[in-house]
This record gives sequence, structure tokens and C-alpha cells, in this order.
Amino acid sequence: MRYNRTSKALVLSAALALTLTACGGGGDQGAATSGAATSTDAGGGGGNATAVITANSTEPQNGLLPANTNEVGGGRVMDLIFTGLVSYDATGAPVNELAESIETTDAQNYTIKIKSGQKFTNGEAVTAASFVNAWNFGAAAKNAQLNSYFFESIKGYDKVSAEKSTEDKMEGLKIVDDNTFTVELSRAESDFPLRLGYTAFYPLPEAAFKDPKAFGENPAGNGPYKLADGGWQHNVQVQLVPNADYSGPRKPANGGVTFKIYTTFDAAYQDLLANNLDILDQIPPSALQNYKTDLGDRSVNQPYAGNATMTIPSYLPEFQGEAGQLRRQAISKAINRQEIIDNIFFGGKQAAKEFTSPVIDGYSDAIPGSDVLTFDAEGAKKLWEQAEAISPWPAGKVFTITSNIDGAGNKEYIEAMANQISNTLPIKAELNPIPTFKEMRTIVGEKKLTGASRAGWQADYPSLYNFLGPLYGTGAGSNDGDYSNPAFDKKLAEGLSATSVEEGNKIFNESQEILLKDLPVVPLWYQGVQGGWSTKVADVKFGWNGVPLYYAVTGK
Amino acid sequence: MIRFTLLRFLQLIPVFLGATLLVYFLVFATPGNPIAALSGGKPMSPAVEAALTAQYNLDKPFWMQYLLYLKNLLSFDLGETFSGQPVSDVIGRAFPVTARLAIMALVFEAFFGIIFGVIAGLRKGKLFDSTVLIASLIVIAVPTFVLGFILQFVVGVKLAWAKPTVSPGAPWSDLILPALVLGLVSLAYVIRLTRTSVIENKNADYVRTATAKGLSRRRVVVVHIVRNSMIPVVTFLGADLGSLMGGAIVTEGIFNVPGVGNLLYLSILKGETPTVVAVVSVLVLVFVLANLVVDLLYAWLDPRIRYA
Repeated sequence: MRYNRTSKALVLSAALALTLTACGGGGDQGAATSGAATSTDAGGGGGNATAVITANSTEPQNGLLPANTNEVGGGRVMDLIFTGLVSYDATGAPVNELAESIETTDAQNYTIKIKSGQKFTNGEAVTAASFVNAWNFGAAAKNAQLNSYFFESIKGYDKVSAEKSTEDKMEGLKIVDDNTFTVELSRAESDFPLRLGYTAFYPLPEAAFKDPKAFGENPAGNGPYKLADGGWQHNVQVQLVPNADYSGPRKPANGGVTFKIYTTFDAAYQDLLANNLDILDQIPPSALQNYKTDLGDRSVNQPYAGNATMTIPSYLPEFQGEAGQLRRQAISKAINRQEIIDNIFFGGKQAAKEFTSPVIDGYSDAIPGSDVLTFDAEGAKKLWEQAEAISPWPAGKVFTITSNIDGAGNKEYIEAMANQISNTLPIKAELNPIPTFKEMRTIVGEKKLTGASRAGWQADYPSLYNFLGPLYGTGAGSNDGDYSNPAFDKKLAEGLSATSVEEGNKIFNESQEILLKDLPVVPLWYQGVQGGWSTKVADVKFGWNGVPLYYAVTGK
Repeated sequence: MIRFTLLRFLQLIPVFLGATLLVYFLVFATPGNPIAALSGGKPMSPAVEAALTAQYNLDKPFWMQYLLYLKNLLSFDLGETFSGQPVSDVIGRAFPVTARLAIMALVFEAFFGIIFGVIAGLRKGKLFDSTVLIASLIVIAVPTFVLGFILQFVVGVKLAWAKPTVSPGAPWSDLILPALVLGLVSLAYVIRLTRTSVIENKNADYVRTATAKGLSRRRVVVVHIVRNSMIPVVTFLGADLGSLMGGAIVTEGIFNVPGVGNLLYLSILKGETPTVVAVVSVLVLVFVLANLVVDLLYAWLDPRIRYA
């Protein structure tokens, strides 16, 4: 039989697949980010511009409001029905959408001019007030928007975001005229303009503030697409049709996008094989071994702006001071990253050389000290002995790695990693399995880890700082391991107040030298996107964040 | 008969209260804070977290949460999902789909199960009987998801006779394949139950009397043997309707059916108490009602049974 191999693999992996992927709310619930490209990408190939493209998705977690959408299911819809000041092209470089200019002299005060004559699909004009009001709405505590922390750099955020605060206007935002507004940050942050393509920074029409809940069900946006009438059928599909009023760089090259909602990627993959689905942006683990044979040149495997790490919290008594630092380095050197990538992920990832991602502008794979991320059994043993000489590891203590196991593939790689550590170092390492993501987040959030934990980051916007500041800055929102090093904080601040992006990137990479010594987390690998498409579509490209550039896809 | 039915309906009240209390407590007792998971590992401003926690009553003690839930229930308010949709809407969309799926599966297993079971029972030890026995053993032994994946791959992808997953709107034609998979295991049980029951009744006195009276073979089999063999089968089918509706999680996952099983699975993972409690309560109602129908059917099947 021609499909013998596939069928065998299918049956063998069925059990595995079911336990691993039978869930939508898995481990890598990262932020939703914009997929975009320059106008040259759109409409290439001269394909059928009226074909409706179907793509996989998950049910948007919340109503479709910019500041309340923080996961991919809602994010990819938001990014098509709204457009902000900038969008990102396939490489992650910002392209002006509504912004005519974003100017600053000190990286703290920005003057933003927007294009005139743009409107929302309900007829309202897009003005400076559409932005200022939307950002104020997103930041105010009384509106309880999940993305509110994105506005924390803006002056006055602390007042509107305080618990039970009734204020809803940040003093850092000022409307100058219909098409101009100014932003004052509470400190210099040179990468602020880079963030402006993120979902949270989209404008909103007045209608949204009158009844946010109703608006979230049926939003009026300003993006390349709009929601079809009754287009959002909960748990079934989201239908988008082109928005004729849109005149930006992401002009739709097709007749609409329909997101089919799947609870498992396995079901979506079968649909793709049967040409019943056009674009799948994640190949399920059960098919990773065979998808290239199944799909041929209709598949992609490329890195995106996300990484996987292992946090070793700084509150663990065994990982304090110099001995702690030596132990972290020993554990990092005991992990054979490439072996795990080859055997468990079938080459779908790339071994980490630092703390960010290779698709980000400014990335360097030669930061001094990065050899600590290379497998070296002898070196690891030596470092461990040095640590033992300072303070011995508690007798019988097991080094646990906590992870939720409802996300795809977590269990397998952590068990493999624990084996590698146990085999190289004179300690026993093992997986501490947690059934659900919510329980895992609670343990991590309440700082109750007794060992390491699985971690990772997906960039909200393409910048080195986004991989460093929110995760390792003292007291930062996602600094789950409570890492704090004044020298690192100083470098971050220096990088943020740099006058050019290049200058800033150089300093951010210097700050990584400190991280490579301290290892607040052990970087493991860069995430890759494995996706595929049907025989009915062409011009499928995936963006810097792993999200397909839906607007550029054409029918055949 | 009417009094019996009314009494059974009254019994629903304590059963319903008990079920909601139990399920509410179980979801409450699962570890982890659902609000923390909403942010997906990204930071969440403390004010937002506090506001959301209060909105879903998660800051209150268990008994108070439950009483508030009951209070809303009295005004037919089932609560809201974390995405702000009324739970009643969510269930209203999912239940018809699962009900259709479950009824198709039930009809399939009852129709073929009884026919195969009767033939096998009448021809005990013959080729047909042995084949059916072995086939049903295999179906029982192989887990549903393996059957599901294989049928989906062969019928849906390779032969393209049906769509591998269910289209929006869940039309009847798309539900055939999942209904087959869902009903297959129960089919095996129905065959075996019917067969055993028929074999027992075949040699009963009244069957010998009927044959001796000179009744046609057909009438003996249909009216005397089959009707009297149906009691255990009907009991099984009644209980099975409930498990078909609630236990379709695996099948619904494979074929991407937007039904109750998927809904329940996702809301358990999220810790969305109102949805879980409401879905399970409705399932409890389905179970109780199905069993009531079964009890009433007993009286029709066996004239000796009377409900005063």
C-alpha cells in the first residue's frame, strides 16, 4: 500500500497525539501579534483574487477588543480587521500603516502624525482621538483589559491602572489636532515605536466605548478585512471579507479569509490532507515525522520570534551565590539541545545561542559567553564539582523540572532533558508533571516552585528588548524567577535611552553577556513554525511571528 | 402510571441540586487559578486580575459562590463564560449538535445491534454467530480513538467519501462518520446483550407453547422471542444515550464536532465553573429522563410490569 508508512505512524502515534494535542489551551499560549508585509508581497503570482481562503484557528478567548486580545485565536482576527500606526513585514521590520510620521528627539517624547481620510467600517473617521481614547480605555483599571500593562511606559499609567481607580485618562497622551497627538513616556524607551504595531495599540471608534461588549462581538475596524455579517459563529468559524475602504500596504489578494475553529491540530491536519482546509499554521506532533512526505513543497519549517527556556528561580536555596551560578552553568552544559531537537522535534527547532530569537533585528549568535549553552559533559561535571566544593548539594534532593503536560510535546522533551542531566551530573533530575496550564501558572505566579520550570517567550513585537526587559528586569511583570542584577538593569536602561536602534541593540547584546553568566533561565532552543497549505492556494508565506500572511495568499 | 411519572419528576429536584453542588465543588477543588491562566503566561496588571477575580466571584468562599450560582439559576441565569458570553447561549449552540450525533449513533447501534444480535442468537454456534462474536470483541478491545483516526484517515482522506471533519453547521451528512465511530463500541455490546437474551428466551416455555400452537416462525421470533429479549437491551440503550452525549469527548475531538464534549473538555481545562456545572447538570437531566423513558418502556415490553 502506498500510504503504509503514514498509516502505521498514524496508529502508533494516535495514543500519543491524543494525550498531547487534544487541547487548545496548551503551553504556548503566547501573545498575539501582527502578521504583515510590504505591499510588494501582496497579490503576487497572478492567482485567483476572489478565492476565499480557509485557515485553522482557535476560538477567540475574549470579545474582539484590541486591549483585551492576548492570544493567537483572537489576535490573528484582530490583526486583519484592524490596523494600527505601523504593521510588521515578513521579516518583522515596521512599515507605516496609519502613521505618517513618528518623531522624537529624546526617546521619551513622541509626536505622532496620522494619515487623514481613513475611516472605520461603521463610517467614523480615524483621528488622533481614536488612538488616544482607545489607549486610555485599554489602560484604565475599571475596564479590566488583559493587555493593560502594554501602556505602562506612558506617563500617568500608574494612576489609571491602580486598583479601584476611576480615572481613565493618562496625562502622557495629548491630542494636538485631528491628525496629531503626542505621547510622553515616564522614561526614555527607544523601542517604543517598534511596539506600535501590536494589537493593544490599535485605534477604536467611539461606538466601542458606548458598549464594549456588543462591539467586541461585532467590531467595526479599519483593517484590510472586516467581519462578514454574522461572521463570528462561536466555536465554529470566523468569516472575514475584504474591506474596500482599506488603502494600506496589506491589500488583500484574495476574496476573504475564513478561520475554522479546531480543538485539535490533528483534526485540522486531516482536513489539510483532504484539501478541506487551505492553511494550517501548526503541524501536530503526530505528523511531524511525515508532513514533508505528505505535503512536499506545500510545507514550511522556519524559525519565528519565540524561544523555549528553563527557569531556575533565584529563590531556590541551592542556587544562591557563586555555587548557584556554577550549578546553573553545569546544568546548561549538561543538556544536549541538538539531540533533543533531532529526536523529539524532528528538526523543527534551532538550538539557542542567547536569550532572544534569530528573526529579531540585532540578533547575534556570537555573544561572549554563549559557549555555556553548548553541550559539554566534562565541562559540566567540572563546574558541578566546583560548586560542590563551595556548598554541597543536599543529599537525596531531586532536581525537578515543573511543567504542565496538557500542551503539545512538553512531557517528552522535559523527560529527555531530565535524563541528560541525570546522566551527566551526580544528581537525579525528573519531570514534575502538572495537569493543566492554569495550575502551572498559579504555582509559578505564587513563587512556589521547588525546582526549575518550563518557560518560554513569544515576542509581542519584534525587538530584542521585548525578550529581555519584561523577563529579567528587576520586578518586571514576567520575571517569574525573581531575577535581579543591578548591572543588568543598568544596561537595559542604557539600551532604552540609546538614540538609534543599532546603538540600542549593541547595548542589549552586552546585557546578555551578564545573563549568560547568571543564567536566570537556561535558554534551550528557538521555536520554529511548521505549517502547510492545500493544493488550492499559492503565495503562502509565514511572518516573523509564525503567523501566515493571510492577506497575501491567492487561490489557484 | 401518571402518578409514577410525576413522582419521578419530583425526584429530579434533589438529583439536580446534588449534581450541581458536587460538580461545583469538584471544579472549585481543582488546583490553579483560572484568572492567572487567562493571561497566557504574560504579565497581568494586579488591578485587572482583582477586577476579573471579583467579576467571577472567585474571591468569595465556596459556599457563597455556590449560593450565588443557585440564586442566578432561579432566574434562569446560568452565568457567563470567561469570554463574557452567556453560558445558556454556549450550551444552546453545542447541545443540538451533540444531540443529533448521539441520536444518530443510538439509532445505528440499536438497529444493527438488535438485528445482528437476534440472528446470532437464533443461529448460536454457526458461522454468522462466531463472526459477529469475534468482530464485536475486536471493536470492544480497540480504543475508540484508534478506530476514529483510522476511519477518518481511510474514509475521509484517502477515499474522500466523506469530509474528515464536520463542516460549520454540523449537517447530518457530515455527522455519519463520527456517529458510526461513536456508536460502534455500544453496537458490540447491544449485539452481545441481544444475543444472550435471545438464546435464553429461545428455550422458554412460552416459546415452546407458541410454536406448539402452530404460530408461524416469524411471529414466534418477532412477537415472543424478540420482544421479551428487549428488556436488558432497552436498559442498556437508555443509559447509553447519556454516555453518548457526555462521553463523546474523544469522538468530537477527532472529527472537530463543536458539541458538548468539546465544550466540556475546554471549560474543564480553563476552570470555567459556570460552563462545567451547567453542561454536567444538563447531562444529568438527560440521564434521568432517559432512564424514566426506559422504565416506562418496561411496562410496554413486559405486561407483567405495572406502575400503580
